[in-house]
Amino acid sequence: MTDTPLVEVDDLHFSRGDKEIFRGVSMRIPRGKITAIMGPSGTGKTTLLKLIGAQLAPDAGRVRIDGQDVHALSRKALFRLRRRMGMLFQSGALFSDLDVFENVAFPLRVHTDLPEPMIRDLVLMKLQAVGLRGARHLTPAELSGGMTRRVALARAIALDPELILYDEPFVGQDPISMGVLVQLVKRLNEALGLTAVVVSHDIKETLSIADYVYVIADGQVMAEGTPASLDVERDPRVSQFVHGEPDGPVPFHYPAVDFYRDILDTGRQR
Amino acid sequence: MIPRVIALGRHGCDLLEALGRSGLFLAQSALGWPSREGLYLWLRQMHFVGVLSLAIVLVSGLFIGMVLALQGYTILIDFGAEQALGQMVALSLLRELAPVVAALLFAGRAGSALTAEIGLMKATEQLTSMEMIGVDPLRRVVAPRLWAGFVSLPLLTVGFSVVGIYGGFLVGVEWLGLFEGSYWSNMQASVDFIADVGNGMLKSLVFALVVTWIAVFQGYDLIPTSEGISRATTRTVVYSSLAVLGLDFVLTAVMFGGLS
Ligand SMILES: Nc1ncnc2c1ncn2[C@@H]1O[C@H](COP(=O)(O)OP(=O)(O)OP(=O)(O)O)[C@@H](O)[C@H]1O
Ligand SMILES: [Mg+2]
Repeated sequence: MTDTPLVEVDDLHFSRGDKEIFRGVSMRIPRGKITAIMGPSGTGKTTLLKLIGAQLAPDAGRVRIDGQDVHALSRKALFRLRRRMGMLFQSGALFSDLDVFENVAFPLRVHTDLPEPMIRDLVLMKLQAVGLRGARHLTPAELSGGMTRRVALARAIALDPELILYDEPFVGQDPISMGVLVQLVKRLNEALGLTAVVVSHDIKETLSIADYVYVIADGQVMAEGTPASLDVERDPRVSQFVHGEPDGPVPFHYPAVDFYRDILDTGRQR
Repeated sequence: MIPRVIALGRHGCDLLEALGRSGLFLAQSALGWPSREGLYLWLRQMHFVGVLSLAIVLVSGLFIGMVLALQGYTILIDFGAEQALGQMVALSLLRELAPVVAALLFAGRAGSALTAEIGLMKATEQLTSMEMIGVDPLRRVVAPRLWAGFVSLPLLTVGFSVVGIYGGFLVGVEWLGLFEGSYWSNMQASVDFIADVGNGMLKSLVFALVVTWIAVFQGYDLIPTSEGISRATTRTVVYSSLAVLGLDFVLTAVMFGGLS
């Protein structure tokens, strides 16, 4: 049982309006490991996390967490399953009517009957881990972008969930806090055996902690493997991405008509 | 012609679908409140929705009562019936003006705020992140607001009537010099508790349900952009006002119009 992957994504298809975002994506997220998902901006990494968390329903295909098809669960069962998951939102999504302390305490208060002193200790520990113990009385409106995500991270790990989905945990961090957060993700995984999915553009940092990497592009898994195997990958698309080269087969631009034609096509349309 | 029919049909389907969705939404959230935590959240919303609307409702009630007395006096005195001023003020307030005007004010003051607040929570992904934590926002966010609106509007309506009757007293008795005893005794003799006070409260309960329902549903269902929020806020005020006035006619016809 422990050898089966915690999350299994099977042949997932999803579109938004006419835009096809996934055309048959399959992945295995093994237990107790850090799996990184990378890919160009706008390929649907956030969308994939939302599909795994069942905030969105796929057009076809399945997502199973611990053997349960998340899109076939009743609302109640889904909410029960979600208690075992944590998600760091790309936007932070802190509750604006609660201060920093209460935001982190929220999952503890709603899902446990811990006495107040214990909650206080746990919250301060989590805030200490992200370096914001001193900011506990601030409201979300008083935080900077980087601080917001660190509080959101503390909230996502408050219950030490079995599965944590991190959407861009390192964005907007200075080099010091970035290093601390990378170590934090690593430590949570090593010490508590938590399964983590990390979506990130910070290739060097992510590859340094990931056990396995999926690169998605064009609605499909373009490459997968251990960080070491991706580093020496021959496929020009993958090596362009992993090494961050501007020129190569992976387009930097959102699909559009040819740039010169667009520029010369004066006054026709926007 | 055909495209128009199709458009009309589609509009009808959309409308039905929205009605169905909002009905389910109401059922799901209304059921979710009895817990310790829920009680606290509800009290908090009673403050935002109810207590903070108190000032505007009471001030408006006072003015409406005063205007009623002034207008009523100039007409009644032509018939030598100015003794009936108390009766006129009390009945107009209890049966009509208090439930309707309080509901309209409530839609503007509290309903629009509810829509904008829930809408902003949706736009900033607070509702989704709550779902991901395993807490149902229908229970945690929507239910306390729904119940707070449902309970506070009838209470505000009572306040509106009381202050309005006092406003009538100020103008009629203190200013225009009507005999105080006749203002009160006429009122006492003519106001029936069940038929007037009771029916007025019933109206107010119906309006409370409709206005709060529209407000929270518009907030929960909106398109999460700044434009979406502003449109939904406007819709809350427009739909609630129309619903209140339309329902008022129906309820009046049933309660006081001899229809039954
Ligand atoms: N609410 C939405 N409505 C319509 N289209 C959307 C919506 N959200 C995202 N999209 C589209 O879905 C695609 C994938 O978006 P997504 O946010 O998953 O990308 P991403 O891989 O997370 O990008 P980034 O790395 O920039 O965060 C994008 O092309 C975007 O235009
Ligand atoms: Mg994203």
